[in-house]
Amino acid sequence: MSFPLLTATAVVPALGAVLTAAVPAARRSAAKWLALVFSLATLALAAVQLVRFDPGAEGPFQLTESHAWIKDFGVRYELGVDGIAVVLIALTALLIPFVILAGWHDADPLGTTSSRWRPTQGFFALILMVEAMVVISFEATDVFLFYIFFEAMLIPMYFLIGGFGDRAGERGEEETAAQRSYAAVKFLLYNLAGGLIMLAAVIGLYVVTADQLGTGTFSLQEIVQARADGQLDIATSTERALFLGFFFAFAVKAPLWPLHTWLPNAMGEATAPVAVLITAVVDKVGTFAMLRFCLQLFPEASKWATPVILVLALVSILYGALLAVGQRDIKRLVAYASISHFGFIILGIFAMTTQGQGGATLYMVNHGISTAALMLVAGFLISRRGSRLIADYGGVQKVAPVLAGTFLVGGLATLSLPGLAPFVSEFLVLTGTFSRYPVIGAIATFGIVLAALYVLVLYQRTMTGPVKESVRGMPDLRVRELVVVAPLIALLIFLGVYPKPVTEIVDPAVEHTMTQVDKVDPKPDVPLTDVEAAK
Amino acid sequence: MENLIGLLVVAPLLGAALLLCGGRRLDKSGHWIGTLLAAASFVIGVVLFADMLGRDGEQRALHTTVFSWVPVGGFQADVGFQLDQLSMTFVLLITGVGTLIHLYSVGYMEHDEKKRRFFGYLNLFLAAMLLLVVADNYLLLYVGWEGVGLASYLLIGFWQHKPSAATAAKKAFIVNRVGDVGLSIAIMLMFTTFGTFAFGPVLESAGDAGEGKLTAVALLLLLAACGKSAQVPLQSWLGDAMEGPTPVSALIHAATMVTAGVYLITRSGSIFNGAPDAQLAVVTVGAVTLLFGAIVGCAKDDIKKALAGSTMSQIGYMILAAGLGPIGYVFAIMHLVTHGFFKAGLFLGAGSVMHGMNDEVDMRRYGGLRKYMPVTFVTFGLGYLAIIGFPGLSGFFSKDKIIEAAFAKGGTEGWILGGAALLGAAITAYYMTRVMIMTFFGEKRWQPDAEGNAPHPHESPRTMTIPMVVLAFGSVFAGGLFSVNDAFLKWLEPVTGHSHGNSPVSALTVTAATVVVLVVGVALAWFQYGRRPVPATAPRGSLLTRAARRDLLQDDFNHVVLVRGGEHLTRSLVYVDHSLVDGVVNGTAASVGGLSGRIAKLQNGYARSYAVSMFGGAAVLIVATLLMRAV
Repeated sequence: MSFPLLTATAVVPALGAVLTAAVPAARRSAAKWLALVFSLATLALAAVQLVRFDPGAEGPFQLTESHAWIKDFGVRYELGVDGIAVVLIALTALLIPFVILAGWHDADPLGTTSSRWRPTQGFFALILMVEAMVVISFEATDVFLFYIFFEAMLIPMYFLIGGFGDRAGERGEEETAAQRSYAAVKFLLYNLAGGLIMLAAVIGLYVVTADQLGTGTFSLQEIVQARADGQLDIATSTERALFLGFFFAFAVKAPLWPLHTWLPNAMGEATAPVAVLITAVVDKVGTFAMLRFCLQLFPEASKWATPVILVLALVSILYGALLAVGQRDIKRLVAYASISHFGFIILGIFAMTTQGQGGATLYMVNHGISTAALMLVAGFLISRRGSRLIADYGGVQKVAPVLAGTFLVGGLATLSLPGLAPFVSEFLVLTGTFSRYPVIGAIATFGIVLAALYVLVLYQRTMTGPVKESVRGMPDLRVRELVVVAPLIALLIFLGVYPKPVTEIVDPAVEHTMTQVDKVDPKPDVPLTDVEAAK
Repeated sequence: MENLIGLLVVAPLLGAALLLCGGRRLDKSGHWIGTLLAAASFVIGVVLFADMLGRDGEQRALHTTVFSWVPVGGFQADVGFQLDQLSMTFVLLITGVGTLIHLYSVGYMEHDEKKRRFFGYLNLFLAAMLLLVVADNYLLLYVGWEGVGLASYLLIGFWQHKPSAATAAKKAFIVNRVGDVGLSIAIMLMFTTFGTFAFGPVLESAGDAGEGKLTAVALLLLLAACGKSAQVPLQSWLGDAMEGPTPVSALIHAATMVTAGVYLITRSGSIFNGAPDAQLAVVTVGAVTLLFGAIVGCAKDDIKKALAGSTMSQIGYMILAAGLGPIGYVFAIMHLVTHGFFKAGLFLGAGSVMHGMNDEVDMRRYGGLRKYMPVTFVTFGLGYLAIIGFPGLSGFFSKDKIIEAAFAKGGTEGWILGGAALLGAAITAYYMTRVMIMTFFGEKRWQPDAEGNAPHPHESPRTMTIPMVVLAFGSVFAGGLFSVNDAFLKWLEPVTGHSHGNSPVSALTVTAATVVVLVVGVALAWFQYGRRPVPATAPRGSLLTRAARRDLLQDDFNHVVLVRGGEHLTRSLVYVDHSLVDGVVNGTAASVGGLSGRIAKLQNGYARSYAVSMFGGAAVLIVATLLMRAV
């Protein structure tokens, strides 16, 4: 038996979580370093996955592992990655070290408050635990296995949101704690509600397969194969109901309008690194699962639901952006911007074109990096002044030029400036949508104006103008903070200029998905003549 | 040779990277590094030009693909360069004027503490602008297109401690983004129509696409051009952009970036040629803007804003010419180049005046400056004569050709367009004479500023005057040189094509008419401003004057409708999201799941215990499933 690389990539951070949690109370900084080392080890394993993955290989999944687990219910421990999963695992593994570094002091005990538990150890252990669960969600090709971890990651996330926040500032300790609890429980309830409906659909899927195949199964590959062979023929209404059950859960997590309202609360109250964890890592499981499970398990129902989903995605894009314009709180602004971006991702997935889905996958990666850059710098800013309100800042550029500069680059990436990575993915999504649905694609394009508006208004109000009394003497980025931001910016530039390494890996997986849903790209009206094409 | 094209872009890009990331240790030498790299780019441009001249008209274009940029299915975007006569013209203009303005900035920005960053941004601008003109496909052009927008944003807001500068920068970027929507959708439409957006195949097979598609693409490109080139209805940002340092106004907001729209239309000639309706829209935009800008230019007392109105107006001429199709492409570009010389010269002159006048921009506080700043006076004066189209100077040749071409359009359209162009020439003569008189002639009107510092007008240092002198030479001779043997026409014709059209009036008549309107315009201005003293505070003025001072109320319209309306929209949406969407979803969940009691609990601090019970439940679930396996 070969080395179980996929299992290892999930087990290493989980082990790291356990060890970090076990570090004695007095050795806080040891816990931090331990967590960082384990996150880097996970990154190394993710890199090995990328190297071992062969984009040109036959078959949908690679590096597969398969073991019987709960025989009575046909649940298997089945892992495998396609181009989409391997790239998203790499993104996750890449971001976690930055999240840990950025949150280095976020869980330091605040002098007087004596806590019964060890907050520092807990904070970093929880982050690693989330990483482990996200990684295995990307790897699971058994629906039930996926479901368990899809739901289980809510638990560490809940504690991360509810247990750690920014300094209280003017609102007072109690008010802040109450807001934080509210945000955490809202996060939990929304996602749990989605999860419960999905659970019903998961069981329904089992019943259908058990009914028609004799033995029930949760294996994605088996189900897809059985459908292709004609052994499994799900009735249209059943397929639609099951699809909706799955989709609902993913739409809450993604989040899609109108199920988005938990995100601004959660991202606003959580510390910036945790906010990044939510939007750049955990939420990606939602959009990823739409591609992997919704489209592949229920291709017909997916096509049936497409018009409604496209409209909801379009609403998300414009609504999220408009709401971002109206925010007075920096972190909530980034949250609404993310809602707008998730609209683009979902639009790309359901446009059902190579450019749309390839762009959507690339979008997930780029959005992860760009939001991390913007949000983490915002977090550094907030930690200096102790306020999330935009109005409390002004003229920061003058006192902390490097901070302002990196914030601007993060912002420009968020507004998809050509030359930076998000432009490529956004343009692909829009083109992919436009080629099948010109009106929706054209309207969605106006999102780029709104994005410029919310980013530049934010920048203007916080960074330019006369230096406010409250930011006078604000220190510029420290070395640790630069170590976090500089690589993210370098990556944004690199992937903007040369996205090919990612698209090459993603492409075959997208083509596979397109075949599953039985769709081909629309042909151009005036195809090139052979002579020109040959050129 | 092909490899040199990339180097053209890379040299200033390297400068930008060095200066922006280099840190304090480059503070002392940064401006010279920036200037040197701009000059390097110019030298490469000249080498490529010499090489190009060595080949025949049809074989002059160079093409090279550097690497595959975004390959996804049928969507194949490359980083590839194309250098033909049209691109070459721009390359020389951009790097030539760019280098001069770098040099000028060495003097102008001497005492600015952020000088290094300023030169970094200028280099970034050069790189983006060069990329824009040497890209071989629309998507790569788009990168340059937004790149110059970014540089423009950074430079308009360079003195961002001033709220007005920060606001102007943001406004410029956002208005431009509206235009960018047009360019984005145009590229998507090209992709769905032709399966590609590379210049070669798209422009060659444009004819096969049908007029409907071509009109749509052309109108979208026009929207993009309106944004970048400050044409009505997206012109409102250019006046405010004068908040940037004056060298920036000269380079970006006069000579090069704002002409990108003209480049886009000329480059996409074969699309526009197949879409007469779109061409009508183009000439309309051009004619309206050339009058709009000229009227605004008459009313401004701020010297830079008067020149900005003039820029809008002159680009209106170019857009008008480009909209005429093959009759006008060559002249649009020719006017673009001569305008690049004289308008950059005029702005540098204005900067030199401000430099000597404690940064005063109000022309009512100038007067009689010719004695104090002789070099500025002479170079500015030559630029003035060039822009009003004084016979023999650059502007005369290029503007005259456009007016002729407008008449040659034929029919009622030809008369209207030609008439508008002639009227514009008269107004140009008027407002430029006004600027000239108010600044350099008459009584001195300057007063001590609020802190009691009286200005001591003086000539600017060499680094500033040398570029002004060079540009003055261009303003005087370029037009004439281009017209010897129709040299410019022959140079560009292989790329843009050319036709003569059918003018109802002879060329001589048109020339005579332009000279007459020129005299009328100058005379009017002289009667109003030259014969009697200029009041130090602006009189109330007629209704039109007052409207023109406020940019013909277009900004007020935008403010009321778009800004206020938008604020109301977002504010109500924030409310809707909080009360309605959140409320309804929570409510539904609560009633469906019977969670209402629990939700009430959350606010009472039971959250943690609740979560622990959730955690417990989940743990039980996991343990149960594991046990099940064991059974």
